[in-house]
Amino acid sequence: MNKATRSLLALAVAGALAVGTASADIPNNTIKLGVLSDFSGLYKDLGGDGSVVAAKLAVQDSGIEKKGIKVEIIQADHQNKPDVGSAIARRWYDSEGVDAIVDVPTSSVALAVAQVTKDKNKVFLASGPGSSDLTGKSCSPNTIHWTYDTWMLANGTGTAITKHGGNTWFFITADYAFGHALQHDTTAAVEKAGGKVLGSVNVPISTQDFSSYLLQAQSSKAKVIGLANAGGDTINSIKQAGEFGIVKGGQQLAGLLVFITDIHSLGLQTAQGLTLTTTFYWDMNAQTRAFAKRFAPLDKGIHPTMVHAGVYAAVLDYLKAVEALHDVKDGVKIVDEMKKMPTDDPLFGKGSIRVDGRVLHPAYLMQVKTPAESKYPWDYLKLVATIPADEAFRPLKDDGCSLVK
Amino acid sequence: MQALFGQLLVGLINGAFYAMLSLGLAVIFGLLNIINFTHGALYMLGAFCAWYILQSVHIGDFQLGYWSSLIIAPLVVGAFGVLIERTMLKRLYKLDHLYGLLLTFGLALVIQGVFRNEFGSSGLPYDIPPLLAGGFNLGFMFLPLYRGWVVVASLVVCLATWYVIERTRLGSYLRAGTENPALVQAFGINVPLMVTLTFAFGAALAALAGVMAAPIYQVSPMMGADIIIVVFAVVVIGGMGSIMGAIVTGFGLGIVEGLTKYFYPEASTTVIFVIMVIVLMIKPAGLFGKEH
Repeated sequence: MNKATRSLLALAVAGALAVGTASADIPNNTIKLGVLSDFSGLYKDLGGDGSVVAAKLAVQDSGIEKKGIKVEIIQADHQNKPDVGSAIARRWYDSEGVDAIVDVPTSSVALAVAQVTKDKNKVFLASGPGSSDLTGKSCSPNTIHWTYDTWMLANGTGTAITKHGGNTWFFITADYAFGHALQHDTTAAVEKAGGKVLGSVNVPISTQDFSSYLLQAQSSKAKVIGLANAGGDTINSIKQAGEFGIVKGGQQLAGLLVFITDIHSLGLQTAQGLTLTTTFYWDMNAQTRAFAKRFAPLDKGIHPTMVHAGVYAAVLDYLKAVEALHDVKDGVKIVDEMKKMPTDDPLFGKGSIRVDGRVLHPAYLMQVKTPAESKYPWDYLKLVATIPADEAFRPLKDDGCSLVK
Repeated sequence: MQALFGQLLVGLINGAFYAMLSLGLAVIFGLLNIINFTHGALYMLGAFCAWYILQSVHIGDFQLGYWSSLIIAPLVVGAFGVLIERTMLKRLYKLDHLYGLLLTFGLALVIQGVFRNEFGSSGLPYDIPPLLAGGFNLGFMFLPLYRGWVVVASLVVCLATWYVIERTRLGSYLRAGTENPALVQAFGINVPLMVTLTFAFGAALAALAGVMAAPIYQVSPMMGADIIIVVFAVVVIGGMGSIMGAIVTGFGLGIVEGLTKYFYPEASTTVIFVIMVIVLMIKPAGLFGKEH
């Protein structure tokens, strides 16, 4: 072809590309979110189906669909296995066009997914896992860690109990990333408050029978038995501790990570008096109550846990950032935008996101009510103290995160 | 010292389950020559029966739920065992052991898969029956009444089974029937019926163990898979055909596991297999087994 035709063609192609790229920032005007959670195992009640419900409610409340952008939500079960979780994440990012993954309540899976997300430059809204390494030595510019972490739990529950006289501890620890992180952070908090750790025992995740581990805890004569586990493991530990007369024998149980679904499973008779730290409680204020009222009928009557609330808040904030940038493809860019904007949602209130990916909002020290104190269904907790956002989470300088200059 | 006794007692409780399950396996292998991999799934079915009875059949109060499950669950699972034996296992008796192993293994996977699909893999809660709640303070540990009951009940069941098979006429028919079915049948004894009932009895034993395990280990589709490997090791160590061997080894290995948990907890899941390897190298027929 001659020069004129070629330049015309080039112009046409450039024009097409320019137009193409503008709308390719949100391809097909659709954002695809993946809820990766435990749908069949020991964490299925605190995350699972409820997380999908929370994500859908967030999409509704964001109003983004009224602006012409569609949001598609898919889900998958990582079965608490890092290899399964990272394989699903890879497949989602590579061949199913997923833009962001949310939830992942299991820390070992979360660490694997964070790595995959970084490699593919997508966004990981870690609203479910606990390990403080996600904003520490394993921090990433593509991860935002919502809701809670092991440092916050240790410094909430651990410090409070030690200061109240529980100064010798024995840990029953779930033998994987989360349990180890929780034990490590709580040991630091206990020792800082003047206490001592007498020993610990590692227990495989999803153990049904804790009798021999509880016996070891009993014979250590520690004043406090720290349960560095969660979900079904915590429920079984507490139930069986009751069987073996551990609390009657004078030792105190410290549930380091307790969800409202655990208390519902245990019943107030067994769980009363337990101290726990949380960043969300459904009965805190009018806005949280309104959310719970919408959530419960959609999740078999279960009232939202802080993990469910975390999914809601994270998705809401993510959609805000994507809308502001009009770009869903560059993960680091979206995360940076989220770090610039303050967070504000009806469940956690006002907060901010730090350079290491940690979301800051207040934490609440709460205690489980006695059966007599509970006046209506799911009325389980009473507020003991509020820990302000700047004190609740690990200081930046202690992080060990490469993003902190 | 206190801690040691505590762990031994816990080991004894675990041993009670190993003994009951390996007894059923030993009975089925000793009398029927079938390596029954479905045993774990039958144990799980027994626990689920108990859970179901508790959930849906409100007979007065809770207690009746558990106590009636002790009888109903083994009957139901035993009937299921009859079904399996009549429709599938019967065709494999004349073949190599391997076929029975493969069939029962496949069955176990199917049963487990169906339940896992339906119920998820975490435990369904099952509380301790009120009559057996509470416990005694033994000084070195607080023994929950329910776990004491498990040890006593399983001892009784195991010894009763051993007695019936080794010391009664019915038992002798059973033993003769497997050695020389044609001859025994010539005497007018219905050997195929005996074989079916024996398999059903083995299944019922597994189900009984499942019901007793429900309040301790919680009811979960994976509970059979978790325990069956250990039970097979127990049966191999005790001697595949020996009833008394299975009982003694079951309790004994539970205690060994308890001791290991006290001295070196990290090895507690592997110690039984280490013993199995040693026994197989020294006495391949097992501690109480007879050379075939």
